[in-house]
Amino acid sequence: MATDIQTSSSASADRRKLVRSGLRRRHLNEQIFRGLGIAAIALALGFVALLFVDVFRKGIPAFIQSNVHLAVTYDPAVIDVGPAPARADFASEAEFNAASLKWQREVALLNWNTIVEASLRKALPEGYEITSRELLAIPETNARHAIREKFVSDPSLLGQTVEVDVLASANTANWVKGNIDRSLGDTQQQLSAPTRGLIDIFEENGTITNGFAWSIFTNVDSRSAPASAGLLGAFVGTLWMMLIVVVLAVPIGVAAAIYLEEFAPKSRLTDLIEVNINNLAAVPSIVFGLLGAAVFINWFHLPISAPLVGGLVLTLMTLPTIIIATRGALMGVSPALRQAALGMGASKTQMVFHHVLPVTFPSILTATILGVAHALGETAPLLLIGMKAFVASVPATPLDQAAALPVQIYLWQGNENRNFFEPRTAAAIMVLLGVMILLNGVAIYLRSRLEKRA
Amino acid sequence: MDMLAGKVKKTSQNLDSAMNPTDVLDRPIRLTARDVTVHYGAKQALHGISIDIPDRAVTAFIGPSGCGKSTFLRCINRMNDTIEGAKVGGTIKLDGEDIYAQDLDVVELRARIGMVFQKPNPFPKSIYDNVAYGPRIHGLARNKTDLDEIVVSSLRKAGLFEEVKDRLAEPGTGLSGGQQQRLCIARAIAVGPEVILMDEPCSALDPIATAVIEELIDELRENYTIVIVTHSMQQAARVSQRTAFFHLGNLIEQGQTEDIFTNPVNKQTQDYIMGRIG
Repeated sequence: MATDIQTSSSASADRRKLVRSGLRRRHLNEQIFRGLGIAAIALALGFVALLFVDVFRKGIPAFIQSNVHLAVTYDPAVIDVGPAPARADFASEAEFNAASLKWQREVALLNWNTIVEASLRKALPEGYEITSRELLAIPETNARHAIREKFVSDPSLLGQTVEVDVLASANTANWVKGNIDRSLGDTQQQLSAPTRGLIDIFEENGTITNGFAWSIFTNVDSRSAPASAGLLGAFVGTLWMMLIVVVLAVPIGVAAAIYLEEFAPKSRLTDLIEVNINNLAAVPSIVFGLLGAAVFINWFHLPISAPLVGGLVLTLMTLPTIIIATRGALMGVSPALRQAALGMGASKTQMVFHHVLPVTFPSILTATILGVAHALGETAPLLLIGMKAFVASVPATPLDQAAALPVQIYLWQGNENRNFFEPRTAAAIMVLLGVMILLNGVAIYLRSRLEKRA
Repeated sequence: MDMLAGKVKKTSQNLDSAMNPTDVLDRPIRLTARDVTVHYGAKQALHGISIDIPDRAVTAFIGPSGCGKSTFLRCINRMNDTIEGAKVGGTIKLDGEDIYAQDLDVVELRARIGMVFQKPNPFPKSIYDNVAYGPRIHGLARNKTDLDEIVVSSLRKAGLFEEVKDRLAEPGTGLSGGQQQRLCIARAIAVGPEVILMDEPCSALDPIATAVIEELIDELRENYTIVIVTHSMQQAARVSQRTAFFHLGNLIEQGQTEDIFTNPVNKQTQDYIMGRIG
């Protein structure tokens, strides 16, 4: 008996030795794998951090704009138009309107730059020599429009002097913010030496001030007055497209997924459809753009550059994603729940809508929002349906011409005034990222809330 | 705990009464199956099953895993319809009416033949809504008072009401395993079925919860025709009046439970009951 125990214990000692000899290698393998995993995550996070730091570093200064503070005198010598027509002097509304238009045309034809220049000259230090061309380079070119609009809306300003803040030009802003190297010679500067000197003086005496650039959010794109270029048009265009994607892609995608997953008989045809949907999700987005141009514009004759077409193209692009995600969610529902419903005598439709869909709703919602967020950042297909056109208006309907946020980034990135538009581009990227983070945040919030409830 | 202990004791008394010979085949026959076959694709799962199931008695299907007892049970309320590639042959009649007839509505059939599954599967809804679901979809309650009454009486019949009466609005998934299974039974009863099919209803439960359910089954047989599939021969002996032994897709032997367990005719039945196969 004793020898038995001895032999068995010596055998087990051998086994333990064998196991132990392999242990070191096994632990090492695990450590290596863990290390690789941590390195992969660190690398990924590092790239994201790098991207964000770069974008923010460049973009944040663009949210500051330079304003020129002017004391504008509505000089009757320059504004030599008659008084604005009053309704009481005319027999009919039509006559009054015609007279008003005529008066406004006369006002528009005046040389308002004379008034802008006069206001600037008032702020000049004693004896500062500068040409009017050099002087007018300081405010943005649309300063005269702002001053004129003020007069049109209130003709009683004639002869008076009012304080007006106008936007500084892009080149002025570059000089003020140091976007351009001050040590460069005159030939390489965009502004002449007297202008640059005057800007410095103006900044010192408070004629030029810096403030938050609301114009980025309230203005549309502009080429003649780049300092006033904003994102409003592109933002609204993107909103229209998102609306169309949500209204079309979500119901169609979810319905298609439900039918394919729950109702369609398994056949060669449904297999083929499934394979094709999976392939469709992998089709490069630019192909969807070509398809949109061919089908929606050439065939259906929908307008070019319209958010409607953009929305339709993005819908096509998002559909496979939504279908696949929804099917995945439906597939994940435990068969026990389906059997419970069917066993109670629920019809298939009742089973799906009373039990399966409520359970999968959070996942479907998340997938949908992520799909929409992906579509939001899509640029390539929009270029092909004409949405890269310069559009300086806010689209009132999805049929109006419009820009889109990602395309606006692309357009600004290509603008020739690099010093000014590089920060603007980064600012636009920040706005786009903000919208995306908002959407993703909503997805995460809704998901956690709904899952807690279920 | 005392209450549960009492229930266990009572069940062992029931065991004695179940062993007393009373031929339940004297009762009217509710379900008749003749030459029922099931194919899953090319594989035949059931070979010509013929059996009569008497009214208001418990019929147990026993046999080793994969013998086809669950498959046959699922033929009775046509749950096999939901399985891709399953093909059912032969006839099953409920009160003389062919349940595989072209014009028969499966939804109506399942309202008449309720089912309780192996793993408790309450809906992820409140206890109340779990029980109210069947009456709601079948339009059995005229108003809220009606529905409340159905829910309460179903929970009572399932022996669950006292335990959950203060938390009807809480989710059914928050109950213990045994309570969940009784909730599933209440849910099935709420529709007022004539037959209740139970597919190994206690296999996921501990012995005490099992005893409670077994006692419940014994009570329910006064009003319902019950067919139960079970792994446990002891359970079949305790709760059923008739037993059918399945093996490899064949119905080997059927008869009064007492006869099957004390005096099996077939060699395979004998082996299974003695624990030699299974």
